[in-house]
Amino acid sequence: MTGPMTGRLERSATYGILALFAAISLTPVIGVLATAFGRQSSLDTGFSLPDGLNWSNFADAWTRGHFGTYLTNSVLVAAVVVTATAVLAVLAAYAFGVMRFPGSNLLFYLFVLGLTLPQEALVVPLYFDLRYWQLTDTYWALILPQTAQSLAFGVFWMRTYFRGSSRSVIEAARIDGASSWTTLWRVLVPMGRPALSTMVVIVFMWTWNEFLMALVMVSDEAHRTVPLGLAFFQGQHSSDTALLAAASVLIALPVVVVYVALQRRFIEGMLSGAVKE
Amino acid sequence: MSAPPTATDAATGAAAGAGPDRDGGRAGLPVRLLRHTAGRYRRRAPGQPRAVGYLYVLPALALYAVFLLVPLGQTVWLSLLHWDGLTAATWAGTDNYRALLTDPSLRAPFLHALSLLVFYAALPVALGLMLAAALSRFRVRGMTFFRTVLFLPQVLAMVVVGVAWRSILAPDGLLNDTLRAVGLGSLTRSWLGDYTWALPAVGTIGTWVETGLCVVLFLAGVQRIPRELYEAVRIDGAGPLREFFAVTLPALRAETAVALTLTIVAGLRNFDLIYITTSGGPGNATSVPAYEVYHRAFETNEVGSAAAMGVGLTVLIFALTVSVARLVEGRSEGRSR
Repeated sequence: MTGPMTGRLERSATYGILALFAAISLTPVIGVLATAFGRQSSLDTGFSLPDGLNWSNFADAWTRGHFGTYLTNSVLVAAVVVTATAVLAVLAAYAFGVMRFPGSNLLFYLFVLGLTLPQEALVVPLYFDLRYWQLTDTYWALILPQTAQSLAFGVFWMRTYFRGSSRSVIEAARIDGASSWTTLWRVLVPMGRPALSTMVVIVFMWTWNEFLMALVMVSDEAHRTVPLGLAFFQGQHSSDTALLAAASVLIALPVVVVYVALQRRFIEGMLSGAVKE
Repeated sequence: MSAPPTATDAATGAAAGAGPDRDGGRAGLPVRLLRHTAGRYRRRAPGQPRAVGYLYVLPALALYAVFLLVPLGQTVWLSLLHWDGLTAATWAGTDNYRALLTDPSLRAPFLHALSLLVFYAALPVALGLMLAAALSRFRVRGMTFFRTVLFLPQVLAMVVVGVAWRSILAPDGLLNDTLRAVGLGSLTRSWLGDYTWALPAVGTIGTWVETGLCVVLFLAGVQRIPRELYEAVRIDGAGPLREFFAVTLPALRAETAVALTLTIVAGLRNFDLIYITTSGGPGNATSVPAYEVYHRAFETNEVGSAAAMGVGLTVLIFALTVSVARLVEGRSEGRSR
């Protein structure tokens, strides 16, 4: 329909626009990377170009910025939140997906409610509750609320999987004498590894990046997670851009690595949140 | 709800369940019986004992109730009190809510949030639609790479995004350096410290974060549009513009709703970014409800007011997401259930 000339022109224009968007997406990322490898003495609060690969900023962030401790805390919190969410969400979603019991719809919608609920509507009483139970400044103050919030997505997402799972498989397992418990763990969970891994990477990312809960629940340095560490570090050393950038890279790297490897799972999971029944 | 299960339900359910379907089940049962029961079966859950369902839900529900549902109720309760977090609280009734509507310093955050939605939701959706339309006209090579790059801002911690953009918007940051380099030095300013420009500057960060999400979402939708639709309008002599309004835009209605919902929710839950970049300043030029909840509850000890703000934010999010859904459902036939 279009001639070869206009076609070619349009193609180049489209690739040009696409490249522009990609460049805009990457500019802040490349700026941070360049600054992280740059020289520390630079007084510029903007980005700077490195004169070689300076790994010293990372070492400095690790020791002087205490990011070693913060990373350990983040790994611990994320591991527990992800595991707990996975187990609890699978159990609940299994019931919502393949069983029928009075009130199941109402209970399920209670979980879906959490998908759009802002943390700001919970964080104030949560702080006073956890302080009353003397749990602030402990890992529990980070783990328990975040697990509860992740359950909204976990239950919603895994229920979709169980709904779509084959009835014949479930019934075949039943005929073989498997209980509902055995059917779940021996048959459905192994088959649902793709759905499960999507949920795991999404919950991992949310927990790793979580800021507000950590800011409110933790005031001592020993329990700081990496995003909180970066925020405090920026507050104290806002002119130390090279160190800030190095710390930013340390925070972003684990999630970005998983994202590049499992890109489709991330996109699929993150776009599902708005899809209602 | 359906009637209680009986032995026959379980039996037919089992028979149908064992039949051949897309998973290639077992053979050996009369096909006619299968056909007969399959339709019935699909409407029924398998004959699991019902009470077991509660046991499976219980652990998740208990945690969810204690750390999400109860606090939500407590927020509503706190919003009806005057409380500084230390001394005894006094009953406030609807005082805190009335203040949200009448006190300009409490109304401002909501107005800021709504103008930020232009940057967080409207712009990314418009840009995403335009780019997806351009990309729909032929097969683009290297799409996986572009998709990965455009979606990248979505997976970065907002704290990191904030730190990176502070370096861009700083007085001697990348933006001002670029402006000076092209001879527009008179336009340079401290973007995040400027009363007029701080809000659009923060909004621009939001546009940067959300545009990729919209592009990726719309690209997936565009690929599902039948080629014939495009060929049909092209035979009619339609240019790219008419092609967009006649084919692409109507076909992407569902994706538009999803994109708007996700970006609106993200735009209203933007505590991290505000905290890192401006802390609501200068003055209260960039204060938003998400930030004010934290600020009032934990910095100025106005817990009741903070809770009312939290409830207000929740209501706003639900109202906007429901109206997006309504807007889309109302005009599409047969798509919604």
